[in-house]
Amino acid sequence: MAMLHIVNKSPFERNALKSCLAHALSGDAVLLIEDAVIGVVSGSTLVTELQQAMNGNAVKLYALSPDLAARGVKAERVLEGIQLVDYAGFVDLTVANEKTQSWL
Amino acid sequence: MKYTIMVNEGPYQHQSSDSALQFVRAALEKGHEIFRVFFYHDGVNNGTRLAVPPKDDRMLQKEWSELAEKHGLDLVICIAAAQRRGLMDASEAKRQGLNADNIASGFRISGLGQLIDGGIESDRTIVFGD
Repeated sequence: MAMLHIVNKSPFERNALKSCLAHALSGDAVLLIEDAVIGVVSGSTLVTELQQAMNGNAVKLYALSPDLAARGVKAERVLEGIQLVDYAGFVDLTVANEKTQSWL
Repeated sequence: MKYTIMVNEGPYQHQSSDSALQFVRAALEKGHEIFRVFFYHDGVNNGTRLAVPPKDDRMLQKEWSELAEKHGLDLVICIAAAQRRGLMDASEAKRQGLNADNIASGFRISGLGQLIDGGIESDRTIVFGD
């Protein structure tokens, strides 16, 4: 029973993303929206944690593309392995995962 | 799929009211049902009709009202949160002995039970907030 975790605050402002990654289970999805999308920039200090989540724990990572665009982050600057979705893709993620947890 | 949406943040505070609005639009476009949108904490400020943002800014309260009218959405404002923040409908204003109300069209004031009910009735409950 997979869970969709939604994180909306920058990992450089709050601990929510780190806590989320520490709790997400194999098969879960983590979607970064709003200021949280800044965490997926390739070369940031979070790369190790994000890669560990994706490769070590089989957690799927997503970022909301309109929120990346709003912050001037181009797709090529996003860490490899992170999938970009629009709002329609966001809705699809809530359908695919039976439970949703917003890390506020 | 049937959704209940919870909005815990006011308009123009950060981005959550915008995110919720965009999510609701995308869900409706895909043919899903929005059973209820519940506004809690500072989120109740989305339901005032007296906001007058600059003309070139987005008008979130109006967008919620228009979306509600277009799709028959049930926009519910938590009464306790509304009382604290001066959000009134006509009957609540009368009950409090106040001479004005400010609730926007499409919104109604009710209790937290409506959120629980929404969670039970819906397949998914998605929370947007600070």
